[in-house]
Amino acid sequence: MVKRKLEKAVSEWKDNSPGGRLELPTELEHLKITVPQTPDIDAPDQAVSTTRQPIIQVTDLDVHYGSTRALKSVSVEIPDRQATAFIGPSGCGKTTLLRCLNRMNDLIDTVSITGSVKIHGREIYSASTDVIDLRRRVGMIFQKWNPFPKSIYENVAYGLRIAGVHNRYRLNEVVERSLRRAALWDEVKDNLYKSALDLSGGQQQRLCIARALAVEPEVLLMDEPCSALDPIATAKIEELIWELKERYTIVIVTHNMQQAARVSDFTAFLYLGSLIEYDKTDKIFTTPQNKQTEDYITGRFG
Amino acid sequence: MEGTQNIARRKSLDALFAIIGLLAMLVGLVTLLALLAGLAKEGAGRLSWQFFTSYPSRFASQAGILSAWVGTTLVMLVTAATAVPLGVAAGVYLEEYAPRNWLTALIEINIANLAGVPSIVYGLMALGLFVYQFRLGQSIVTAGLTLALLILPIVIVATRESIRAVPGSIREAAYALGATKWQTVKDHVLPYSTGGILTGVIIALSRAIGETAPLITIGALTFIAFLPGAPVKSEFPFVSFEWLMSPFTVMPIQMFNWVSRPQQEFHLNAAAAGLVLMAMTLAMNGLAIYIRYRFRKRIKW
Repeated sequence: MVKRKLEKAVSEWKDNSPGGRLELPTELEHLKITVPQTPDIDAPDQAVSTTRQPIIQVTDLDVHYGSTRALKSVSVEIPDRQATAFIGPSGCGKTTLLRCLNRMNDLIDTVSITGSVKIHGREIYSASTDVIDLRRRVGMIFQKWNPFPKSIYENVAYGLRIAGVHNRYRLNEVVERSLRRAALWDEVKDNLYKSALDLSGGQQQRLCIARALAVEPEVLLMDEPCSALDPIATAKIEELIWELKERYTIVIVTHNMQQAARVSDFTAFLYLGSLIEYDKTDKIFTTPQNKQTEDYITGRFG
Repeated sequence: MEGTQNIARRKSLDALFAIIGLLAMLVGLVTLLALLAGLAKEGAGRLSWQFFTSYPSRFASQAGILSAWVGTTLVMLVTAATAVPLGVAAGVYLEEYAPRNWLTALIEINIANLAGVPSIVYGLMALGLFVYQFRLGQSIVTAGLTLALLILPIVIVATRESIRAVPGSIREAAYALGATKWQTVKDHVLPYSTGGILTGVIIALSRAIGETAPLITIGALTFIAFLPGAPVKSEFPFVSFEWLMSPFTVMPIQMFNWVSRPQQEFHLNAAAAGLVLMAMTLAMNGLAIYIRYRFRKRIKW
């Protein structure tokens, strides 16, 4: 009975509003968490990615820094609740592409951006886009961890505070939940009011992840989140990415190809500002279609 | 071997420079110490409770600096209350909000230039603007505003320097959480640069405290035997800003007045007042160093 209703809801959703959010009948509300997993049970692996709607659609994106062209008409579709990796040599534009997705590039004076980036089908570079709201929905983790020089608690609570949440209980609840999701709670729960800067590098990076999660983003952009961490801390973050992609769409820029292979479902290879190849990660790493991609991932690049 | 024969010569050049540098430093240090010692020798005898609590007088032994130090304190209050908000806001605007273009660059260059304008020019400007145009009179508020204009460039530059020391990654972290520019500035940029800003403000104030020329230009009195109205009243509304419009004198002007008298005893008074002024300046600089130390310890990037 429940299954039939669910199937009906899903098929209606597919027919009427692909790309939109799946609206469930109220009596099925409690099943919401399991919805993304249901196709996995019945359908073969192949079907999953095709049925899953892209949450971000980048079309013909061109970015100039002054007179330097950093991205050359890049088009890519990023699937919902999967991890997508951008790889490529330094200066290939992968970080630029990432920072276009939450308009962090706006902060650079000389930048000019043309093309389209749509999230849930809505253009984020239109005049009506509220950048503040966009950045709340598209969180970001930076290469070098950057906690505020405040307490651990205040770091995580900050996103809510600026949004106007001051209820102590609500803040406590969100701080604990976010720290748990960032796999940091057990390590810091007795020291929530200690300075965030006293934590180790890996802990600080997970604190930054917790801070980003606290505002409930849909997408988490990660700009080489492990490049300054030791292997053990890196392993923890990678494990975390695995867990996080059940709830969040993850886009990760990495220099480390093993890392891309380990954590991502899709991989985009960029070179000199162009998107060379974009496919499922196992395909990119086993049977790349492009010679440049193959050279890069096998280390023969140069 | 090539290069070995001149090692001795290069070493002696090195030693020579060390000596020249040491001497250069001693010139400054010894002069300052001699000045202080001279001042102390002359003036220390006059430092007493009576000296701090007496008005100026015809008799050198009965004269004191009451009206001068009260005047200096009140003028500094007005100066700080004006220069700090204006200077910090201008610094924040230039550093965080202003677009990077030729106009901003022009403004920046001119602020740097303003810091180099002779103080008497500020005095002339204040005489025309505050005294004659706004009819504020030769009062504490005029003096405070004049000195505030004088140190405004210093406060702006200090604010910008310390704001620039806040890493960009902190701003990015705040923006990425959906903070507005003002929230980023108010919650992060300003709190983390408070130490530097306060240091700059105190250094600027300690420059203003010794200024004489612009205050003489606007017409500060040299002989004042009364205090400005008290800021607190016993009847409603309990606070009074009468003191703002009161005539005044300040420490350096009082000193100037005493020095220009022929009697030797008044020169001793001037030396004593000089000691007090030096102590005030050094105390402010000491406070600046302490604040910088405290904030540096609290926030390390």
